Amino acid sequence: MTGDIIFRLSVRSVRVHLLRSVLAALGIVIGVIAIATMGMLGANMTLSATAQLSSMGNILVVRPHMEGGGGFGPGGGGGSSTSEEAVLTELQFKDLERAAGKYGLVYHLHSTSDTITSGSESRRASIYGMDPEDIQTVLEVETGDYPRSTNDIVVGPTLAERLGLSIGGRVKIGKEETGQHTVRVVGILKQRGLSMDINSDQAVLMADKLYTSLYGGEGEYDQATVVLENIEDATAAKEAIENQMNKREEVVSVQDSSRMLETITSTLGTLTAFVMAIAGISLLVAAVSIFNVMMMSVTERIGEIGVLRSIGTQKPEVRRMFVYEAAILGVVGAVIGAILSLAIGYLVVLAMTGGTDYFFAPASLLYIPMAMVVGIIICIVSGVYPAWQASNLDPIEALRAE
Amino acid sequence: MARSPVIVLDQVTRVYPMPAEDVVALDRVTLTIHEGDFVAIMGPSGCGKTTLLNQIGILDVPTSGDLFLAGRNTRTMDDRELTSLRLNTIGYLFQKFHLIRLLSAYENVEYPYILKHRKPDTTGRVSALLSQVGIDPSLSTHTPAELSGGQQQRVAIARALINDPRILLCDEPTGNLDSTTGTQIMELLDSLNRQGRTIIVVTHDPAVAAHARRKIVLKDGRVVP
Repeated sequence: MTGDIIFRLSVRSVRVHLLRSVLAALGIVIGVIAIATMGMLGANMTLSATAQLSSMGNILVVRPHMEGGGGFGPGGGGGSSTSEEAVLTELQFKDLERAAGKYGLVYHLHSTSDTITSGSESRRASIYGMDPEDIQTVLEVETGDYPRSTNDIVVGPTLAERLGLSIGGRVKIGKEETGQHTVRVVGILKQRGLSMDINSDQAVLMADKLYTSLYGGEGEYDQATVVLENIEDATAAKEAIENQMNKREEVVSVQDSSRMLETITSTLGTLTAFVMAIAGISLLVAAVSIFNVMMMSVTERIGEIGVLRSIGTQKPEVRRMFVYEAAILGVVGAVIGAILSLAIGYLVVLAMTGGTDYFFAPASLLYIPMAMVVGIIICIVSGVYPAWQASNLDPIEALRAE
Repeated sequence: MARSPVIVLDQVTRVYPMPAEDVVALDRVTLTIHEGDFVAIMGPSGCGKTTLLNQIGILDVPTSGDLFLAGRNTRTMDDRELTSLRLNTIGYLFQKFHLIRLLSAYENVEYPYILKHRKPDTTGRVSALLSQVGIDPSLSTHTPAELSGGQQQRVAIARALINDPRILLCDEPTGNLDSTTGTQIMELLDSLNRQGRTIIVVTHDPAVAAHARRKIVLKDGRVVP
């Protein structure tokens, strides 16, 4: 109950210096908003990416083994994936089909990158060569049709938009100096987003016959993909492929999309932590402001501290009085910050990710209480030294100051 | 019946270290104050009156010598024990009243009660004391800034008495009051002394000292015999 009167004194001290207190708490409000908003933004990005990638989690990508690994995503980065050693042979593909065929569709893929010209516009894009039947199974056409003749191609929606391509239009593949081949656009694919097997949004897709006539490599594939019927089979299928093909030496490397998901969430996590750390700087500035206000409060109340001590107030009670004062500023700032974080966070998430589907998910809202706790702790820590200083004042010196 | 000693100073010296030369504020002061005494400590400015009062009020510790308060040697006590002894045994009256400006008159009186009993006063003692010192109930919600000097000193007396201390220490209690109010305050102290409370007043006002039954005169930190 002693705490009650000590707490009352702290509340009144905050109220007496209302403007000063509000300004100090404002720092905490800003800090809490910054941390909570950044945290929620990161959480929403992660949740949204996870949801998108999970829907594509039924994919195993098999690539020829290369020393030193090799990154995610199909070739097309620089055309080097067509190098002679890094290919899957027809025989290896048959092996793969034997091992993984029972788990779902297995298809092969040629890939490189080249210059695409339409009118005066030129752009580098990924080129994929696939069995025409596989194109129909794996990819969806938004407008137009699938390739029927060896001169037909379908293009991704982003590439079509950037080059201004339309159905029936003609484009040239290859550089002018090394020879160009004119093909006809028969279809524009549906937006597919980021994927492990084919990034079709900015690519050209053609029948494998056309591909090999342009780039060679018949019976030599850059990549094979297993589209699992059941996502739970991912580990079993991966093991079956490795047992079949990598028994004696490492012939292929198998990547399943769950690892990609892990990488992306971990990258987003790191990014979120980094941005939150930057936001945390605002809380540090707030801490300095709280510290300053508390030191002023101690200095102004030296005489009062002397009186309190002389009439029997123990040192820990004096300390508590100032820690309470800092905590009040922290709690008020954190509560206001939390309320504003809901509104500002919602707007920021909407602006940055284009949707708020995951805003009210626990993993997203969690950042509000987290930021509040950080804000309050920072306030209390800022009040500890002034409180300690107040409690250690010599009562006689303090009385003299009154 | 012999009265028991409540304050005993044995060769108490207080030296303030200064860069040029140490200042001896109290020089081997030895004195005994008994239960129920009314003592005035007098002397010119800088003679060590307030230093002596601070020693008796255990706000300060002697450089050498011993101080016994209510039979206990204060030298062996830590800060927590000294603070607790102040709370339970000593009541203070200051020249500038020193009420807590953030608390009402009632709360100022109740504050030491809560410190001691760890709960608010439900016995009506605070209100009774306020009316005993002449504070109208309508003033009990006022803050010190809303009270006159005399009213503030009355509230301060009620605060000093709330935990029923054996000793009341007064540092120039009428120094900031007009003579009529000063007289009223001194009459209040007289009546408290008649009830058996030990009162020690530091003053340079002979009119105030006239209320005391014993005078201790200090000069250069020493008790004048």
